[in-house]
Amino acid sequence: MIDRIRAFVKEAGIPRLLIAAFVVVLFGVAVATKMNVPGLVTDSIVRVARNGILVLALLPAIQGGVGLNFGLPVGILCGLIGCVLALNAGVHGVAGLALATGLGVAIAVPAGIGYGWLLNRTRGQEMMVGTYLGFAVVSGMSIFWLVAPFHNPTLVWAIGGKGLRTTLALTGVFDRVLDKWLAFTVMGVTIPTGALLVFFGLCALVAWFFRTQMGITISAARSNPRFARAAGISDQRTRIQATVFSTVLGAVGIVVYSQSFGFVQLYTAPLLMAFPAIACILIGGATVTRATVTHVIIGTLLFQSILTIALPVTSQVIQGDISETARLIIQNGMILYALTRLGNAK
Amino acid sequence: MSAKRGGAAGVGPGAAGTGAGGGLVRQLGRFAVPILFAALCIFGIIVAKITPTFLLGEMAIRVGRNSVLVLSLLIPILAGLGLNFGIVIGAMAGQIAAILAVHWGFHGVGGFAFAMALATPIAIVFGWATGSLFNKAKGREMVSGLIAGFFANGLYQLLFLFAIGTIIPFHNPEMVLPQGFGLRNTVDLTPIQYAVDDLVKWRVPLEGTMLRVPIASYAVVAAFCALTLFFFRTRLGQQFRAMGQDPHVAAIAGIPVERNRLIATILSTILAAWGQLLFLQNIGTVNTYNSHEQVGMFAIAALLVSGATVTKATVGQALLGTILFHTLFVVSPLAGKALAGDAQIGEFFRVFVAYAVITIALVLHAWQSAKREREAAA
Repeated sequence: MIDRIRAFVKEAGIPRLLIAAFVVVLFGVAVATKMNVPGLVTDSIVRVARNGILVLALLPAIQGGVGLNFGLPVGILCGLIGCVLALNAGVHGVAGLALATGLGVAIAVPAGIGYGWLLNRTRGQEMMVGTYLGFAVVSGMSIFWLVAPFHNPTLVWAIGGKGLRTTLALTGVFDRVLDKWLAFTVMGVTIPTGALLVFFGLCALVAWFFRTQMGITISAARSNPRFARAAGISDQRTRIQATVFSTVLGAVGIVVYSQSFGFVQLYTAPLLMAFPAIACILIGGATVTRATVTHVIIGTLLFQSILTIALPVTSQVIQGDISETARLIIQNGMILYALTRLGNAK
Repeated sequence: MSAKRGGAAGVGPGAAGTGAGGGLVRQLGRFAVPILFAALCIFGIIVAKITPTFLLGEMAIRVGRNSVLVLSLLIPILAGLGLNFGIVIGAMAGQIAAILAVHWGFHGVGGFAFAMALATPIAIVFGWATGSLFNKAKGREMVSGLIAGFFANGLYQLLFLFAIGTIIPFHNPEMVLPQGFGLRNTVDLTPIQYAVDDLVKWRVPLEGTMLRVPIASYAVVAAFCALTLFFFRTRLGQQFRAMGQDPHVAAIAGIPVERNRLIATILSTILAAWGQLLFLQNIGTVNTYNSHEQVGMFAIAALLVSGATVTKATVGQALLGTILFHTLFVVSPLAGKALAGDAQIGEFFRVFVAYAVITIALVLHAWQSAKREREAAA
């Protein structure tokens, strides 16, 4: 029995169990203090659907041997360009969402190829290069948002008539179109069916992809590059494929995120978006070299639940907003833990 | 984005050229980054019509307050740890000491000395923790340092937002929020403001205003430069250099690599703590929750614009980089305003430059070490 418990702890990992216990305790406090538990569950589910694809976007990069994709903002910005172009064209509803996604993906493919090419030339430092490339791209794009030739009065600042606004409201355009699609309520919990279906659909697609020949080739080149080379597989090529896939999912992810959030956030908003996503997949049990769709789903569920319910629950016990502080500690503690688990690279 | 990628790609072949090329090309390549940067600054100065006196006045202050933070990066580079993104943690130690020193009623240069003394043990503990982390994540020190800075920021917030006034008895209505716990967003450091800058009072009349020349701060910076140079020549410094060149050979030669890496990180953290104190005594207030956040980014970008790399940086480069980077820092919002009628563009531009410079340096470093590995394997 003790051996089995030990085996379970080893399999699940201590940080993951601690975080799961934390979620349970938070929910326990919520129930004990007679809070609106269905409301909290609803919020948690909404946020899982909102953030899930951004977490899923990290999976191809890990499986392709590029490691944690700290350069996720590259993909995110492609998606944001898609959103802005769709808004500028004035296309509403599902068509607008599809246009934003399509444009985002179209830009993400060449961006991903370039990013993957760069990562191939900076092997061993992918995480650092990705982080700072992401930062540089976000700040470079901030200048672009300011000078881009958009004239649509709903998008640019009212005073001066140029420069995109910091946040673009999606009300009446494609605000929550996926979240509202087929949404229903059970025991006070509202399920954002459309958004969840898209998230699980993409999870299934990724899982299926890594069973196709191309997917298997990508994973094989990661787990044994020498063997792959002997079999005629270029791991340079598979790494670029993985990076492109990750960047494309990042673009799709931010479009889904924005429709659920109700706003498109420009300028510095995407700067730190990679970090919570990375924490999610690591909490789910992924490592820098191996990740599965299950890790994505469990991790997103655990971390987003904490983020959602920590504020209302802790504010009953402690004055002030401790949830942001807790997020910083859990998120970065988790990433640090994963970085020290890798063994020594050099 | 295309511009960014073009930039990184454009530098690549040039770097390959410096690697393979002869003496002259190599010399030019070495100075390409600072020359480019100086040209950018001069362009900005011309379009914004900035007067030399204004610039001189700004730089007189900025060089005094930022140089030590940049110097704190040198020792880990020598020891082969790369750019120490963990100096943010050292800056936190300095900030904790400054807040406590003022809280306990210390003032003037004595108060500053007390804050330095108080910051040292805190920085040693923080540096030891960071160094142990680096030893567990060899080859990933930079990304670990960056994340460690974010993580430490969480702990720092926990301490100052929640622990102070509740678990830790700390009652000072001027510093604590009205709710009775948690520190205010800004803490006034007037008691130690200009403690070092005005140790030797020197005012230069400049276009009607009296320019404060922090001559004593320059002396402190010079002392730290000399100390760093001296350290490079000590036995330990030589060991660090050997480790930086090849850790395996160094280990075989009997150098205690892990211990020395720990020492390098601790020294860097202490210097960063003192550097932040010097910075704060000039500014005169602490933004409790974000004064330290950008310290790492700005110090690292400043060092890199001088042409320093992830593996090689000198004291001269630290000083040159500080001057160049802060010139751009002053010039770019004004140039943005003059060129596009919008200071915001210039502000985004300088942040973009800081990030882009770091990205390019990292890309070049990884590019060259990957190339070396390929050549070694072939």
